[in-house]
Amino acid sequence: MIKAILIFNNHGKPRLSKFYEHYTEDTEQQIIRETFHLVSKRDENVCNFLEGGMLIGGSDNKLIYRHYATLYFVFCVDSSESELGILDLIQVFVETLDKCFENVCELDLIFHVDKVHNILAEMVMGGMVLETNMNEIITQVDAQNKMEKSEAGIAGAPARAVSAVKNMNLPEMPKNINIGDISIKVPNLPSFK
Amino acid sequence: MPAVSKGDGMRGLAVFISDIRNCKSKEAEIKRINKELANIRSKFKGDKALDGYSKKKYVCKLLFIFLLGHDIDFGHMEAVNLLSSNKYTEKQIGYLFISVLVNSNSDLIRLINNAIKNDLSSRNPTYMNLALHCIANVGSREMAEAFASEVPRILVAGDTMDSVKQSAALCLLRLNRTCPDLVPMGEWTSRVVHLLNDQHLGVVTAATSLISTLAQKNPDDFKTSVSLAVARLSRIVTSASTDLQDYTYYFVAAPWLSVKLLRLLQCYPPPEDGAIRGRLTECLETILNKAQEPPKSKKVQHSNAKNAVLFEAISLIIHHDSEPTLLVRACNQLGQFLQHRETNLRYLALESMCTLASSEFSHEAVKTHIETVINSLKTERDVSVRQRAVDLLYAMCDRSNAKQIVTEMLSYLETADYSIREEIVLKVAILAEKYAVDYTWYVDTILNLIRIAGDYVSEEVWYRVIQIVINRDDVQGYAAKTVFEALQAPACHENLVKVGGYILGEFGNLIAGDPRSSPLVQFHLLHSKFHLCSVPTRALLLSAYVKFINLFPEVKGTIQEVLRSDSQLRNADVELQQRAVEYLRLSCIATTDILATVLEEMPPFPERESSILAKLKKKKGSGTVSDIEDSRKERNVNANANVNGSSDHTITNTSAKPPPSFACDLLATAPPPTNRPRPIPSSSMLHTPLTPLSPKAYTPQPVTPTVPFYQVTSSPSSDLLGLGNSSAVNSASPPTSSHAASLLVDVFSESLPVAALGSASAHVIEENFSRFVCKNNGVLFESQLLQIGLKSEFRQNLGRMYIFYGNKTSTQFLNFSSSVVCPEPLSSQLNIHMKAADPVLDGGAQLQQILNIECISDFVEAPVLNIQFRYGGSTQNISVRLPVTLNKFFQPTEMTSQDFFQRWKQLSAPQQEVQKIFKAKHSMDTEITKAKIIGFGTALLDGVDPNPSNFVGAGVIHTKTIQVGCLLRLEPNTQAQMYRLTLRTSRESVTQRLSNLLSDQF
Repeated sequence: MIKAILIFNNHGKPRLSKFYEHYTEDTEQQIIRETFHLVSKRDENVCNFLEGGMLIGGSDNKLIYRHYATLYFVFCVDSSESELGILDLIQVFVETLDKCFENVCELDLIFHVDKVHNILAEMVMGGMVLETNMNEIITQVDAQNKMEKSEAGIAGAPARAVSAVKNMNLPEMPKNINIGDISIKVPNLPSFK
Repeated sequence: MPAVSKGDGMRGLAVFISDIRNCKSKEAEIKRINKELANIRSKFKGDKALDGYSKKKYVCKLLFIFLLGHDIDFGHMEAVNLLSSNKYTEKQIGYLFISVLVNSNSDLIRLINNAIKNDLSSRNPTYMNLALHCIANVGSREMAEAFASEVPRILVAGDTMDSVKQSAALCLLRLNRTCPDLVPMGEWTSRVVHLLNDQHLGVVTAATSLISTLAQKNPDDFKTSVSLAVARLSRIVTSASTDLQDYTYYFVAAPWLSVKLLRLLQCYPPPEDGAIRGRLTECLETILNKAQEPPKSKKVQHSNAKNAVLFEAISLIIHHDSEPTLLVRACNQLGQFLQHRETNLRYLALESMCTLASSEFSHEAVKTHIETVINSLKTERDVSVRQRAVDLLYAMCDRSNAKQIVTEMLSYLETADYSIREEIVLKVAILAEKYAVDYTWYVDTILNLIRIAGDYVSEEVWYRVIQIVINRDDVQGYAAKTVFEALQAPACHENLVKVGGYILGEFGNLIAGDPRSSPLVQFHLLHSKFHLCSVPTRALLLSAYVKFINLFPEVKGTIQEVLRSDSQLRNADVELQQRAVEYLRLSCIATTDILATVLEEMPPFPERESSILAKLKKKKGSGTVSDIEDSRKERNVNANANVNGSSDHTITNTSAKPPPSFACDLLATAPPPTNRPRPIPSSSMLHTPLTPLSPKAYTPQPVTPTVPFYQVTSSPSSDLLGLGNSSAVNSASPPTSSHAASLLVDVFSESLPVAALGSASAHVIEENFSRFVCKNNGVLFESQLLQIGLKSEFRQNLGRMYIFYGNKTSTQFLNFSSSVVCPEPLSSQLNIHMKAADPVLDGGAQLQQILNIECISDFVEAPVLNIQFRYGGSTQNISVRLPVTLNKFFQPTEMTSQDFFQRWKQLSAPQQEVQKIFKAKHSMDTEITKAKIIGFGTALLDGVDPNPSNFVGAGVIHTKTIQVGCLLRLEPNTQAQMYRLTLRTSRESVTQRLSNLLSDQF
């Protein structure tokens, strides 16, 4: 079973956290920090598995992670999951994100956290793998987008119009945010290794 | 067109996120967040109804704030409203909020449940999926109660869409995990199994996960899944990589499903049906073969997916552990991976080999890879991998390679990561002990451990080395020499000082002949470390010093000088001060003999499972408990025990009281010293820091005022005892059956039937014994620690006794054992069988033990129940006489007046009758007397005696060999407060015994 799925950047800022077991908000934050601490100190090109931190259940659980450019994708799983299988699942997740967002980058995850959650929900449910077929996942996501669009077409038009006008004043708004020391935009999915 | 177009998100949200990201400091961020929270709160509370879009925007903001680690304590109602909306977008965000933010015991669940119910019955697959997701993600009991029957229905309904089936399967799995009691198996189970044949591989994957979990709990219900899983697996494995289209991942056919199916098969033993079994073996062989084929893609995803299936197949092969050829192939495959350039594969190979090493078919094959594993220990860059290598070395270790492996682990320890040092220390200690052929190597290894990683050597490890040195005469001299040499190092670890202090204190005499390690040199060497050590170590060293006084009279003056110094006698630490005072006083006033007795060499430790092993098992669990505190307490108690036990000095302790029954124990079971060939009797029970590993070590030594040491050893009987005792302690048999106390009595009873028995039984507690003559249930014994209750029943010559031991304290009794002793000639008259009691009796708990009794022939004595257990620091011994008396085997006999007198006359020989006249001890109440006679076992015959105030009884004693009829008559004289009891039986001994038993009752 997958206990938790965490995405954070190189500085430990959480970008997505999904727990499939119940912890208090406080513990969740501590788990994120502990996991970041465990994962970030590891070199590149070491293995992708390590024993979980104490907070999430110690050595009974494994952390399986991948590091893409600025982001760590970490799955915390128990012994009933195949390590390599989960590693591939992370890859599927990222490839799916990449397709949905067109060259996904950290900013996409920040500004569309709801979408990321929806995509993840198509793959993992209650801690179990629901679907691994990328086309199937994307079909579902597309269907949802269509429904969203059609609803927006009827009811959202006025709001959308206003927002469009406002956007004109800030033409580059989302792309031009001062992000300090973080360089985000990654040309394409770096092939792992 | 991208699936999610950018820029059409919510502008307010984007601005807010940008603001947060532009914050220069944490304070600024918190300020901005608080401002936003206030804004959202006012919007939610405002009277103006918010439209769906705004609600969605604000909920998204809350989600973002939550992700940053801030508590969100409002917005739930809005989320519930969104959830109930008819619009997909709003509903979706509502569900998202709930599944991220609501925990399982929230009051909101009830509100949500209603909306979920509507969505589940909406027949809109998207809505149904949202609802199922929500149930699975929250997974609370209330949800399980509401939907446990609905979800299986959706799962197996014919018209359910595939995507909904998938969700329903996993949702059910989740509910089964959280509340298994609410998800009853039913007719749906068989239909779930058939989902393994579904067209849609996504459905099969979800169903396989579900079945795997359910099958672990109810393997029988899902047995049919094995053949279906094998068939499915076979189809996948043999398919061309294009057959499964979308489920082919980087040229590997449905890797996830294959993994899940292989996992499912691991819930079951190898299939019994030959055809299925053959097909499965074929599959596994194909998977192994594919590993050797050239890769179809250079991408790492391809090899990952392929190997995920391969590793799972190997797990299944190891799990079945039945096909030697497959096991060996698996082992070779893993061997290849051990040297693979991919770190992940090396990691997994090491991990899988660990389980493979325990299979008898493949243990040898695993061992051939030892060099590779040792090499990876040295060269791997990744600590996770090195840790697996340590695990594997530990698993593959046996007598043939132990020395090599231990050496390698030791040398790795010098550079090992701090996080895994303790574990390696434990493993080395265990292997060194387990496979030690000669114990000098063992001692060297442990001392090396302390030298290399002293900080990581836990107490268990150094306790254990001392335990072993104490128990093995052949290694003591070597150990003394080695620690002496190790202590020469200018800086040595405190643990080495502890071991050194203990061993030199016990066995320093063995190396004292060499002028380079003369007593004075030894003492100065130890004392040079004293001031650098912590209090517990100093305490141990003080004990070592007092042992030196006994071992080497020539250094007595020097040591007394040290003990007398202000830094000892007035030490701020009360423990050290106490020891210094007591030891100094002891050395001043005690005679050599008494000193030799008090400081007697430690008795051998009972053989038992290594405490290190327990530690290793525990290590991955909770943190260790503080043993130091306990041992400290125990030490006090024991120091007291000694001091109180020796008769001719007057030191008294104020800090701790000896356990209540101590004096009695000392007399009852004090084992005589072992006569081991040693130059000077020297030992210390004062070395009590070792308490945690040696309950027996604290058995009180024979320091009784009445039996001085030398007398004990010179008498022939105690030689015998000495042998008996040492064999009892050394024997590897379980402690329940042979502990010193029972053996002691046995030895006594066989060799010294009369006199010794008298003295041994003199301390058997029997105050409640007579209460049980006329009744079968009650409390037999009670002290401050323990209560013993009895319930018994007898029929003819058989009886059964239930003994209840109640722990009256809040502390565990450890090493609890009990035995029943029948001294001669009772052992041939009674057969008693008892099941061993549980060795641990928890505080406040009760333990039951059943005694089966068979009466062979009539008997006089009663058996003795010996109980031994460890409470606090000391061993408690209690001996109680068990109320198994001859009258228990009575069968009442009804007879007429005529019969009675006829038989009475037949038993007229003088030796057949016993008459007793005695004073009443209790009030002479008729009803009570009647009850007692019935309780005694005879029938109470009314209207037999012409005098109605007299009592008449009759019964037959049943034994295996004979039956003895018995008639009795009891004549009370209320005026004189006297009774006259007349008993007639055909057997003199029976008459006498019954008369004694019964006359005691009135």
